[in-house]
Amino acid sequence: MIDVEALTIEGEEWPTTSFEDRMATTDFVVHERAHISVDGDACRGCTTKACIVACPANLFVPTADGGILFNYEQCFECGTCYLACDTEGAITWTYPDGGFGVVFRRS
Amino acid sequence: MPDVDVIVVGAGPAGACAALTLARSGRDVVLLERGPFPGSKNMYGGVVYPRVLDGLIPQWWDEAPIQRWVTRRSTMMMTATQALAVDYRTEAWGQAPYNGATAYRPDWDAWLAGKAEAEGARLLCSTTVTGLLRDGTRVVGVRTDRPEGELSARVVIACDGVNSFLAKEAGLYHDTDPGHFTVGVKETVALPKSVIDERFGVRGRHGVDIEMVGCTSGVPGGGFLYTNLDTLSVGVVLKVPALAAQARRPEEIIARLKAHPAVAPLVEGGELKEYSAHLIPEGGWEMMPDLGCPGMLVAGDAAAFCLAAGIWLEGVNFAMGSGMVAGQVIDRAFRRGTAAGAELPALYRRALSGTFVLQDHRKLRRAPRLIMSDRVQERYPALAAGVVERIFRIDNPAPKPGLRRILRGEQHRTGVRLRDLARDALDGWRSYG
Repeated sequence: MIDVEALTIEGEEWPTTSFEDRMATTDFVVHERAHISVDGDACRGCTTKACIVACPANLFVPTADGGILFNYEQCFECGTCYLACDTEGAITWTYPDGGFGVVFRRS
Repeated sequence: MPDVDVIVVGAGPAGACAALTLARSGRDVVLLERGPFPGSKNMYGGVVYPRVLDGLIPQWWDEAPIQRWVTRRSTMMMTATQALAVDYRTEAWGQAPYNGATAYRPDWDAWLAGKAEAEGARLLCSTTVTGLLRDGTRVVGVRTDRPEGELSARVVIACDGVNSFLAKEAGLYHDTDPGHFTVGVKETVALPKSVIDERFGVRGRHGVDIEMVGCTSGVPGGGFLYTNLDTLSVGVVLKVPALAAQARRPEEIIARLKAHPAVAPLVEGGELKEYSAHLIPEGGWEMMPDLGCPGMLVAGDAAAFCLAAGIWLEGVNFAMGSGMVAGQVIDRAFRRGTAAGAELPALYRRALSGTFVLQDHRKLRRAPRLIMSDRVQERYPALAAGVVERIFRIDNPAPKPGLRRILRGEQHRTGVRLRDLARDALDGWRSYG
């Protein structure tokens, strides 16, 4: 069995870009309506909180009382969170209104 | 009387090709797009195989908004410190009719939707479809978020992408296992064109496609590195449940890939231009939904037409192909006066069965599981790299070991069982043979 954890790269460099700067490279047209809502109460009983690690935009933040704080504004609208989530009803997912949300750039 | 002949939901490659096909046949088509322009919501690794367009847009290569023509294709098996590549280059793919091209999806999709508009399809952007209109079991239109936004049609084509809420609302998905999905996470990194040309050994509009396995920090998936004109697309594709079950975030997994000794010299000094992510329906044949219901057909990612078979990684061509076929089938049904019938999905399925869309998926139905197995993900790359390292390592004064000894030693070191190897080889042969 290969131990993946043991295979760390010598002198490995972690991203020098802060996550905030990383997200600032992507354009979002933010609507006042949150297209995704997270039921913090449902999250309190969740032990895995898979959304925290899986969301590519890092929008799920654990709170001190064991819940989840969610911000929809810089969402890629990918769907990873609802697939990763195993707590029924915790995440309500829709698309943003027409014209809003992420806008990937032309060349 | 319905408002229009056909509503196409989603102006991606599937929707644009469906709309183009129908509009050219004189049908009244509305193409709905929730983004401010076609392609604005769409992201992929970066390579499109457009030959399916030959019949639809002759000489497409003269006008398609591509970045570079792929003339060098590399498949790399990696461990943390090793890389073994099969590196192929050909001049043939740098000339008409070409093979693969790197392109930005907001460019590509907007161009293709523009072709549909030029044929008379009506493109309506910034319009999110919020649900289906039904008459009994029959789909008769869509609800949008526009004021008084109901629109009726004789047929609806759902090209609404990997999350397809329309296919789900119509009850077409029977297998919603998250294990069928990967998330693609990508960095677009700027470097001067001359630097890219030099690092990748290409000139002019020629470019490189590098696919990698064994580089995703233990999460089943793969890595990719593509050359655009003056940017690189570098990223990873990660199996969603496996990503969720470990502690490393996607951008850290990309950072580790970029720090790999085989990748770092290629991406060094690049400036991050855009960070993006998108789901991929990699489950193929196993996850494929019903392809329609009375009044509605499904095409592209919405129907899980996406081939993730390791050496072949394709999606946009399946989207374009299925969109075209959906358009053709509906047009034929209109001419016969049978479009309102319940047999439309069966006609669509039969037509797709005669094309690469269903034939490739069927043939490679075992591939996704094999590719995502820990053998293909970790053990075989380690075995292959280890064998090559031992072959080329000169241990003088020790004499050269025989190949058999090397193989046995590496097989033991990497924990590959002959039984698994034989079974995977057979599985592989049945898929790829």
